[in-house]
Amino acid sequence: MAVLLLAEVNDGELALDATAKAVAAAKSLGDVTALCVGATAAAAAEAAAKIDGVSKVLCAEDAGLGHRLAEATAALIVSLAGDYEHIVAPATTDAKNILPRVAALLDVMVLTDVSGVVDGATFERPIYAGNAIQTVKSSDATKVISFRTSTFDAAGEQAAAPVETISATENPGLSEWVEDKVAASDRPELTSAGVVVSGGRGVGSEENFAMIEALADKLGAAVGASRAAVDSGFAPNDWQVGQTGKVVAPELYIAIGISGAIQHLAGMKDSKVIVAINKDEEAPIFQVADFGLVADLFDAVPELTEKLG
Amino acid sequence: MKVLVPVKRVIDYNVKVRVKADGSGVDLANVKMSMNPFDEIAVEEAIRLKEAGKADEIVAVSIGVKQSQETLRTALAMGADRAILVVAADDVHTDIEPLAVAKILAKIVEEEQPGLVLCGKQAIDNDMNATGQMVSALLGWSQATFASKLDIEGDAATVTREVDGGLQTIKVKMPAIVTVDLRLNEPRYASLPNIMKAKKKPMDEKTAADYGVDVSPRLEVVKTSEPAERAAGIKVGSVDELVAKLKEAGAV
Ligand SMILES: Cc1cc2nc3c(=O)[nH]c(=O)nc-3n(C[C@H](O)[C@H](O)[C@H](O)COP(=O)(O)OP(=O)(O)OC[C@H]3O[C@@H](n4cnc5c(N)ncnc54)[C@H](O)[C@@H]3O)c2cc1C
Repeated sequence: MAVLLLAEVNDGELALDATAKAVAAAKSLGDVTALCVGATAAAAAEAAAKIDGVSKVLCAEDAGLGHRLAEATAALIVSLAGDYEHIVAPATTDAKNILPRVAALLDVMVLTDVSGVVDGATFERPIYAGNAIQTVKSSDATKVISFRTSTFDAAGEQAAAPVETISATENPGLSEWVEDKVAASDRPELTSAGVVVSGGRGVGSEENFAMIEALADKLGAAVGASRAAVDSGFAPNDWQVGQTGKVVAPELYIAIGISGAIQHLAGMKDSKVIVAINKDEEAPIFQVADFGLVADLFDAVPELTEKLG
Repeated sequence: MKVLVPVKRVIDYNVKVRVKADGSGVDLANVKMSMNPFDEIAVEEAIRLKEAGKADEIVAVSIGVKQSQETLRTALAMGADRAILVVAADDVHTDIEPLAVAKILAKIVEEEQPGLVLCGKQAIDNDMNATGQMVSALLGWSQATFASKLDIEGDAATVTREVDGGLQTIKVKMPAIVTVDLRLNEPRYASLPNIMKAKKKPMDEKTAADYGVDVSPRLEVVKTSEPAERAAGIKVGSVDELVAKLKEAGAV
């Protein structure tokens, strides 16, 4: 049985953590061929070849495949699909954009955000904001799957597997890239960070978020946010943790001024240690917190930042 | 331009779902149901396009149990012009898979010829995040997912998308499928007079068979279980105690 794994490639660079986690999830399904796609993808292909469990890498470089526009990338994957029983990817926004399109073109269902592999046809996935786990068995010939990266450990390294260059399929030319707005940051990536410090509506303003960031920097942490904090303009959209944002499971998650709505819990309740700082002792976040501090965040956060020195 | 907006009847987002003890599924009997919040955003955007003179008709579609007509009435009360109900299940616990929904929607698109389909990016019950992309695939249309900004100018739409790295802007050819994200707009509430008026707006009733689509599932639900519970934590009395506990736990 063979697996085609769409590697996460951003502007020519491999997102190693997300890709290696998907490889770990897919390994038991069969021989993994990683597909690296982009306007440039050769360097990403070389990096993917060194992920333990990858037996071959296919590299497709073409201007039309830049920015991973769904139509062109899906067409390429469909052209390769005949050789594989599983087509998988880490559950990033790119994969969520592309894989359902692939599945429909193959007339099969897609399995998104899979958190567990039972066997080659049976998988677990969270539903209802993670308040239930469904085990489903696919009757489709090809299984198209995105893996929730927070539930798998990244695969290690190996001696490089062979890389083969393939050409792009004809670009349907339905969409074109205009621009990316990506804030450069020295902080670790939210979904792979060991520590995440998140702020909510209680933080009150974009300026006050500096306090959350200072604590994060002290801990070498990534910064997260609740939907309310993002909606209010305190934090950028890519910081949102939750059912409809990013799902994280760090060693330590610190929730500050966050009430703990089910949609937020969905994105962080698998964290190893959870700390909540909230002035409302009834806040639901305390039900999942290992250590809860009922306090005004404007006193507690600067003090915590100082004392963690 | 005609805009088609699919809307799904789902558990209300404020309700925490209960898993049935026998593992057969979740309990949806006597639970508050509402329009999927992302679909409300899609309906709102369609109304705004109409108000801006860029759309002239909004057709809301729901595929599921008969009770989905309530969801369609909400869409009509918000400002949709007419509705199509496709009855595809009898039991409120039956979730029609995105692939089957997409096939029915593709047929409706062929009949209705809209210039734009606006979908929610995901349904908050099955959390699949798939239907819009699948409709787009079946029609061979352009797709723009996770939209936080939508600008339609002539035969192209400029869409800003919420992606893992931040924001991406793309330009797609019309007709297009756009799936909407949280920050696109804030949906309006239907006013009482509009709720009354909505009762008189037309609603067609169809079945999946009318469109020749087989809705039998490709994924068999083997079981549904509760997620692992977290062990109860403790409250600490001060920042000092918190720091001590974190050090003890090896977390810092
Ligand atoms: C379709 C849908 C999808 C959603 N997806 C997500 C998602 O992915 N992620 C997400 O987070 N939410 C999501 N939400 C929103 C979610 O329902 C909540 O509204 C949101 O999480 C609330 O954010 P919050 O906790 O920051 O704000 P609030 O609920 O307003 O809580 C603020 C908290 O701050 C505390 N506070 C205020 N001032 C202070 C102070 N000085 N010191 C200490 N504490 C203070 C308050 O006691 C309160 O508990 C979604 C909602 C919907 C409908």
